[in-house]
Amino acid sequence: MAVETKTVQPQEPAATRFWNWLTETQVWKSVFRHNRPDNDRNRVLVMLSNVFLHLHPVRIRKSGVKLRYTWCMGGLSFFLFLVLTFTGLLLMFYYRPTLEYAYTDIVGLREHVPLGIMREMHRWGAHAMVITVWLHMFRVFMTGSYKPPREFNWSVGVVMLVLTLLLSFTGYLLPWDQLAIWAITVGSNMARATPFLGYEGPGAALLAIGDVKLVHAGSDARFALLGGTFVGEGALLRFYVLHCVGLPLVIAVLMAVHFWRVRKDGGISGPM
Amino acid sequence: MQIIKDFFNYLADPRLFFLLSVAALVLLMWKREMFAGKAWGYGILAFLAVFLVFGAFDPNFLLIIAKPDNVPIVGLIFLIVFFTWYSLRQGVLNDRRIAAGLGPEEKEEADRVWVWPDLVYTELIALVLCSVVLIVWSIVLEAPLEQPASAAATPNPSKAPWYFLGLQEMLVYFDPWLAGVVLPSLIIVGLIAIPYIDTNEKGNGYYTIAERKAEIFLFLLGFVVLWCSLIVLGTFLRGPNWNFFGPFEYWDTHKLEALTNVDLSQYLWMRLLGTGMPEFWLVRESLGLLLVFAYTFVLPVVLAKTVFKGYYEKMGPARYYVGAFLFLMMMSLPAKMLLRWVFNLKYIVAIPEFFFNI
Ligand code: HEM
Repeated sequence: MAVETKTVQPQEPAATRFWNWLTETQVWKSVFRHNRPDNDRNRVLVMLSNVFLHLHPVRIRKSGVKLRYTWCMGGLSFFLFLVLTFTGLLLMFYYRPTLEYAYTDIVGLREHVPLGIMREMHRWGAHAMVITVWLHMFRVFMTGSYKPPREFNWSVGVVMLVLTLLLSFTGYLLPWDQLAIWAITVGSNMARATPFLGYEGPGAALLAIGDVKLVHAGSDARFALLGGTFVGEGALLRFYVLHCVGLPLVIAVLMAVHFWRVRKDGGISGPM
Repeated sequence: MQIIKDFFNYLADPRLFFLLSVAALVLLMWKREMFAGKAWGYGILAFLAVFLVFGAFDPNFLLIIAKPDNVPIVGLIFLIVFFTWYSLRQGVLNDRRIAAGLGPEEKEEADRVWVWPDLVYTELIALVLCSVVLIVWSIVLEAPLEQPASAAATPNPSKAPWYFLGLQEMLVYFDPWLAGVVLPSLIIVGLIAIPYIDTNEKGNGYYTIAERKAEIFLFLLGFVVLWCSLIVLGTFLRGPNWNFFGPFEYWDTHKLEALTNVDLSQYLWMRLLGTGMPEFWLVRESLGLLLVFAYTFVLPVVLAKTVFKGYYEKMGPARYYVGAFLFLMMMSLPAKMLLRWVFNLKYIVAIPEFFFNI
């Protein structure tokens, strides 16, 4: 009689067994429409069936996944943008953009919210994003990635760079402290020197009907920016609306265009 | 100690600071084979770090670098220095391969890899690291909040947010309509125009210096020297009344700087001809207007026939003239700086009647 030899299967670690069980449950399978990405077919499916991962292609140039080539700066810019959106949303719960409340709301945020680092994350994240966007542009230049067929995406990028700076600039005013209003005053004073459109700009004096000046302190480019002749209530509201709604919407749309184009232009650049 | 500090205070003078930055860039591009070595890159970073630590013992220096909003700029200095060196190094390495007939390294990495797991995991790690840095930074350093806004108490110096300090520094040399409106607009337009002006087909999608020397030099001049280094200057070395202060100097509000700048028209009519200023602005400023006109519109034509002949032929008239115009506008800043430093020149054209000063 043949003796039944018992082969002892090596026990898999508990975590793996749990993972294997979890990914077979009905709930899991209803969320993720494919099996574990441990073979090529499923590696394709995971990229195609997930709306977030679907921003990526399925396969990509080897050089394109290397830090050496991308410095990861585009990705980090996007990640920081998401962090800023999230922390900004939380800050909006506490902050009212009026002369009466703006400053005290920030003080309150600092004193009454336990373990609050949302304001810090938002401020330092904004500084960091300005830097990562600059470095991203720097790397795109140094690898010559703006050359055909990626000219247009470079241009979209430049517009987003400007928007990033404007987002940072409009946010700078909101704490309504000395640092804020004077930085914005210095910055926005430039607008009154806009040629033709600023009341101290060259050519503005030409825009007059008889003796009536069309461009004066109450009607020029700076007035449009500040909603007044100085950095006051009007400016605070304008900057708030632009900062929280207007500019983020525009930059989000442009990011969609940017990412779409990265893929449509043939993925991360590389030598022909 | 004091001698070292005095030496750095002296080096940081805007004139030297700017000229040294340009000289460093030229040297870096010229001797890039040497600087590409790892010892140079890490050596320079180590020097910066030592300088920072050494400086932190000085109360005046510490006051500026430890200001919460200035911390990112300290980081920016390291990052810009590192990445400038790094991309130069990668370019040099590729150039060696290309010269040996191997083609750039990126060419060998043309085969595709799976995005899952190769890219998504890299992204995940980057994301976690970035979050950790940001959270630690946020815990360690509190966001600044000063006294409530008051229209009556103007701080001195009044500074724009740090990323605009390069522009604010330009105000030393140009009036607001140029430094604050026209030149920034041209920077944006110029950046957007780069891919359409640059007709060099080489260097698309890989690091190289040899195949695009002029482009890279110009970009580094604009981005690293004129943009980033002026931000550093404006943040760390400009104190009350926008006067210059060395890194180890006390920001004295009462520091006086003699304002002895003279307009070109004053040079012409008062000093050279001795006739006194003409009444009519067009006559008075005719020389300056002529010079500006020549710089903007005649010089590109002259250059097309001489120094830039090759570019003109390669690029064709439309690309060449747009490119030359943008180039000259960028160079107008160093040009005006030099004129100021050498001749104490204030305005080339001064028509305050129309706020039209150049
Ligand atoms: C809000 C800011 C921005 C975000 C979130 C962003 C994001 C990205 C991402 C994720 C990529 C993929 C490759 C990589 O990470 O390097 C990319 C590629 C690219 N970006 Fe951006 N970007 C931004 C701003 C810019 C700017 C300022 C420029 C140029 C002036 C630019 C030009 C490009 C180009 C040309 C590519 C294609 C590069 C290649 O194929 O190698 N982007 N961007």
